[in-house]
Amino acid sequence: MAIAKVCGIETEYGILVRGADINPVSASSMLISAYVDRRQRQAGWDFDGEHPLSDARGFRADDLLDPALEPSMVNAVLTNGARYYVDHAHPEISTPECRTALDVVLYDRAAEEIVRRSMEAVGALLPEGAEMLCHKNNSDGKGNSYGCHENYLVGRDVSFGRIIHQLTPHFVSRQVVVGAGKVGCELPGTNSRSVPFQLSQRADFFEEEVGLETTLKRPIINTRDEPHCDPVKYRRLHVIVGDANMSEIATFVKVGATAIVLAMIEDDCVGDDLRLADPVRAIRALSHDPSLRRVLLLADGRSMSALDLQEALLERAVAWAESRGLESVGEETGEAVLREWAGIIDGLRTDPASVADRVDWVAKKRLVDAYADRHGLAPGDIRLKALDLQYHDLRKGRCLADRVGLRTLVHPDGVERATTEPPDDTRAYFRGRCLQKWPDDVVAANWDGLVFDIGHDALRRVPMMEPLRGTAAHVARLIDESDVPADLLARLGA
Amino acid sequence: MAERTQKQKPAPARQDEETVTDGAVVQGDSGKLKAELDDLLDEIDGVLETNAEDFVKSYVQKGGE
Repeated sequence: MAIAKVCGIETEYGILVRGADINPVSASSMLISAYVDRRQRQAGWDFDGEHPLSDARGFRADDLLDPALEPSMVNAVLTNGARYYVDHAHPEISTPECRTALDVVLYDRAAEEIVRRSMEAVGALLPEGAEMLCHKNNSDGKGNSYGCHENYLVGRDVSFGRIIHQLTPHFVSRQVVVGAGKVGCELPGTNSRSVPFQLSQRADFFEEEVGLETTLKRPIINTRDEPHCDPVKYRRLHVIVGDANMSEIATFVKVGATAIVLAMIEDDCVGDDLRLADPVRAIRALSHDPSLRRVLLLADGRSMSALDLQEALLERAVAWAESRGLESVGEETGEAVLREWAGIIDGLRTDPASVADRVDWVAKKRLVDAYADRHGLAPGDIRLKALDLQYHDLRKGRCLADRVGLRTLVHPDGVERATTEPPDDTRAYFRGRCLQKWPDDVVAANWDGLVFDIGHDALRRVPMMEPLRGTAAHVARLIDESDVPADLLARLGA
Repeated sequence: MAERTQKQKPAPARQDEETVTDGAVVQGDSGKLKAELDDLLDEIDGVLETNAEDFVKSYVQKGGE
């Protein structure tokens, strides 16, 4: 039976410093430190007595460049329940746990806003004339890729084999609906003439069907098994194959449709007939064909276009929703996802330009083609690659995605609120509220627990093994009525 | 979604049937679209990186996950 699809997104942002020689790990740590309040940094992620940056006074750039300060350990938990940290050589934000895809859109936008404010704050610390840029994208055009990962709560009782076989066709084909688009291709044997534009930033980097790797030989289905919650009841499906989206509707359908497909898999309503003969070949072949004409070979010998495959999944989703209901993904959100998903598929079939207000690759391609046309540029022209990058530029006023008429789903006031307030309806509420109310007493936070200093040298850990416990309904009053953490713990019976 | 099930399902492997155009040309309203895009291109000229070549060449990321 389908369980609540609690979900979230972790985004690695591109980072670049101009006018100063600062490596990306240091730059990422400066960016995060510039934003995060000193008290919040003390609520470090690792349950570890050492907080290397917590004695920094002020934020002089040269302090932060001190190699003794271990920049890669910068790791903060925010009052909205999100995590903001350095991952490899990128700043990364994991949204708090969300109950629906709509909340993921909200918190993903809030994450962008947090990065923007970090960029503004860090600007004051950089040497004269230097600038730090961040991009919400997945490819540097030089063979390097970084991810936008999705996470979904799934029942542990569902066979992982079923997940692999029935989810892969969706992951291979969904790029026609939610791909972010990319100018050019770095695969050996290709160039800007053979692949002037492709649907996905990430497709070229996937080499395996299933696996544990995330930084090389990337698999379409990632087998990482770190549930951060009750491991007997739950699995956290960690998805690495997607693009980061600038379009809110694309993010909505990316997460929402995937949540629905997963819920259907739990209810055994997808079937095995859509299995592909060669998913790795297919994911690249599809990405390289913006005409959407290419067909995929299925395991049973049939051929199907990506749009037909998406439509087949959508039809099953509609039937499943009618017979089982949409509670697992949120009734209203689920209906909206089905509507938007259908609208995009229909639009792509009849008139692709009509979805330029929702589909990132269409919006980007339209811009790139028009620009190339006006200036008489060949497909490999470096100015077109610059357009691609600038589509994802998070500097206010420079982001091209802001100017191409993309429709929005969430209101700026809601986004503002989401930069500091957690969702009401998952365990992120408990985490966020405790950090707001007792920032000096939460000594460590993790997805599945908080550690409080209750005074007299005593530390107490509150486990949070259930993603849907610790909501406002459960704990708002308890928190409101407790003056100090010891009170809260007494009321929780901990 | 009754309309959906009544839609004609094309036979598999019909490569030529679904000729979705690749983006720039819109059926029927290309004049208006071109005007909109022209306005957009005018607008973005002011915010584009002045040295596209330097910018693109300097944009190198370490691989992440």
